[in-house]
Amino acid sequence: MSSYNVIKHEVSKEPLIHITKNSAMPFWKSFLIRAAAVAIAFLLCSILSYLMIGANPLEFLKTFWDGNFGINAAASKIVIWKLAKDTAVLLCIALAITPAFRMKFWNIGAEGQVLIGALAAVAVVYYSGDKFPDWLLFLFMLLAAVAAGIVWAVIPAIFKAIWNSNETLFTLMMNYAATYFVAFCLVKWTPDGSSTLGELKRGHLPSIGHPYLLLILTVLLITGLLFVYLYYSKQGYEISVVGESQRTAKYIGINVKKVIIRTMTLSGALCGLTGFMIVAALDHSVTTTTVGGRGFTAIIVSWMAKFNPLVMIGVAFLIVFLNQGANRLATNFRVGKAFPDLVVGVIIFFVIGCEFFIRYKVHIRRKAPAAASVSGNVAEGISESGEGSGGGGGDGSGVVEASGEARSDEAVNETVNDTEKEGNAK
Amino acid sequence: MFKKILSLCLAILMVAGLCVGLSSCNSSKDSFKIGVILLHDESSTYDKNFINGINDAQKALGLKDSQVIIKKGIPEGNECYEAAAELVAEGCKIVFADSFGHEDYMIKAAKEFKDVQFCHATGTKAHTEGLDNYHNAFASIYEGRYLAGIAAGLKLKAMMEADSTIVPKIGYVGAFTYAEVISGYTSFYLGVKEIVPNVTMDVQFTGSWYDENEERNAALALINGGCVLISQHADSMGAPSVCEDKNVPNVSYNGSTLSSCPNTFIVSSRIDWAPYFEYICNQVINGKKIDTDWTGTIETASVRLTDVNDKAAAANTQATIDQYKAELIAGTRHVFDTNNFTVDGQKLTSYKADVDTDANYEGDTEVIKDGYFHESEYRSAPYFDLAIDGITRINVAF
Repeated sequence: MSSYNVIKHEVSKEPLIHITKNSAMPFWKSFLIRAAAVAIAFLLCSILSYLMIGANPLEFLKTFWDGNFGINAAASKIVIWKLAKDTAVLLCIALAITPAFRMKFWNIGAEGQVLIGALAAVAVVYYSGDKFPDWLLFLFMLLAAVAAGIVWAVIPAIFKAIWNSNETLFTLMMNYAATYFVAFCLVKWTPDGSSTLGELKRGHLPSIGHPYLLLILTVLLITGLLFVYLYYSKQGYEISVVGESQRTAKYIGINVKKVIIRTMTLSGALCGLTGFMIVAALDHSVTTTTVGGRGFTAIIVSWMAKFNPLVMIGVAFLIVFLNQGANRLATNFRVGKAFPDLVVGVIIFFVIGCEFFIRYKVHIRRKAPAAASVSGNVAEGISESGEGSGGGGGDGSGVVEASGEARSDEAVNETVNDTEKEGNAK
Repeated sequence: MFKKILSLCLAILMVAGLCVGLSSCNSSKDSFKIGVILLHDESSTYDKNFINGINDAQKALGLKDSQVIIKKGIPEGNECYEAAAELVAEGCKIVFADSFGHEDYMIKAAKEFKDVQFCHATGTKAHTEGLDNYHNAFASIYEGRYLAGIAAGLKLKAMMEADSTIVPKIGYVGAFTYAEVISGYTSFYLGVKEIVPNVTMDVQFTGSWYDENEERNAALALINGGCVLISQHADSMGAPSVCEDKNVPNVSYNGSTLSSCPNTFIVSSRIDWAPYFEYICNQVINGKKIDTDWTGTIETASVRLTDVNDKAAAANTQATIDQYKAELIAGTRHVFDTNNFTVDGQKLTSYKADVDTDANYEGDTEVIKDGYFHESEYRSAPYFDLAIDGITRINVAF
């Protein structure tokens, strides 16, 4: 995602549709566009569900409601806490990968880093038996989980920093390594051959009012701290600079290798912490599916929130909300999990897709000369927009206006924009 | 304009709320509800078998859809407890879970919700946990596998008669070296051995209950290793589809694979869970207790065989199966008769199996009496874990 140069053309050769980057859109306008996207997506999904599973739109919406807020008071208490807890866990993983992402280090290894953290926490409980008092046990579990997460994250970081290896493939491989390592340990720990460890007797975090409350508050605290770290600390600034251009970073005296390794250490530590919380506060056990794909979903959360921790709260909530609501479709209409996944996919597609109309202006000329052609300077992906802009009317000027690139570190953006392409070219 | 839309939305919401409120008013007579927790969905043959079971039971009992709440894709962790708690909140009198790893979280829920019955398939802890409202269930599937083995034996015999160069070696793809799998492949092998006494069997484990690729590879390795007939105990289509590609006869599990494997599918055994679902619903509706450990049998129709595929099976297969089945029901034949197998060349007279799930993983209960191994009697889940002669385990890493 780069090069969105304004299309230069002579007036006489103006193409039928052309797109320009939009710099300022009032918040209410961008909010309306997003809301409209969600509304259209829901409308489309309710049509789909009518066609595919025979649910009328009202039932479809009611099912979403049931899934997230329960069918009665007793059930709501449970599902609303579940909604908050699942949001917190997803948010925490998204927070963990965000520092690396802001550095344009594409760490897709959160799944493995969280899993290995969870495994380490379980291992501490499994091997320590009754040796330690609770508080010490928690401390060791936490340290082991964080350390394991760091190891899993720093190995690819070192390779990236020193040999410029591809971090995406490397972190992906580390996911598989973690999964098989867990499978190996489970075989070792269950002599009956079931590979099911079951719930551990010890290492359960205390309940403060509600069993999930401690976890939720911790994640909120981390959100705040990470926001401050990324936006108001020197290290956070360094991350942004390295992300925009490594050459610029070197030029102004930033030790890029150090920043990469340091940032991935932070990412890994947060992943490990998440693993610890999943074990100590929720599962008290580990399986190969303990993280259950949330390490990958977190990538979407982080991207959709444009790497802003505070926005991630909302995005994580949205995704968990959609999943929980859609999953209820499987229950109420006796269908498999594929349809709910489809619904979530469609809605997320619309939510992401609408960003186009926020970021870019679509111009449509009133009368098309036969020789019209779209300028080659337009960024990739823009060609898809043709259909979307059809309804935009024909006033010839901006049909949809949009805000800037929505990254809040505009200053950095502008400083290094010119060197960006050069710096990132490999 | 905006206000109008807002008020319209609110109105719709209120109407929707009213509908929800009205629809949840049931007459007390029909207030019975059962909740079913499944690890995956229909795409897994294992879970599909439970879905079929509950659907059949629902029909037989005349329950409405709203009285049977099915939750799919519930992992073996805290989510299982959450799902159970939600089902209780929705008014379920019974909560059922289908996967082994659900057990501890079901027990956790059972301890909290004393007036709801928790039933768990394949679990092992009910008889030691001492809870009034927590129950295990399984079926004597080893009898079904034994009969499927008879069908496989007949096929093998026919193949050997047609081609004298064929060495009677068969293959089996198993998930884990876990008693449920061991009991399964041993009973299958004993069935084949009943017809072809000099048969040997290789077992390849995959280390997963559902891994299509691994199951394909395992089946392929067995076929390349000289196995002329394959069976499996894992939940994907991996092994059966390889058999169809290679034209190797296959005995399936958990449901018919006839449609995908018309030329190689012989027969399939499965547990029919409908009788158990009917049983627990009836007990609760009538205010009676549910057995702590319930083992369905061929006699209760909990263990079933599909129709024999005449295209792949040997002649007279169905009649032979029926004859053996009658003997099993009459009790004149036992699958794990100690006259029919040896361990390290010795006939067994005594064996302590690990029936109680505890940290020791040691044998605790004498299971050989009256000349046979008493499987699924001291608890519903299988505990036959002997390595008998004639079966080679290719990999025991799992």
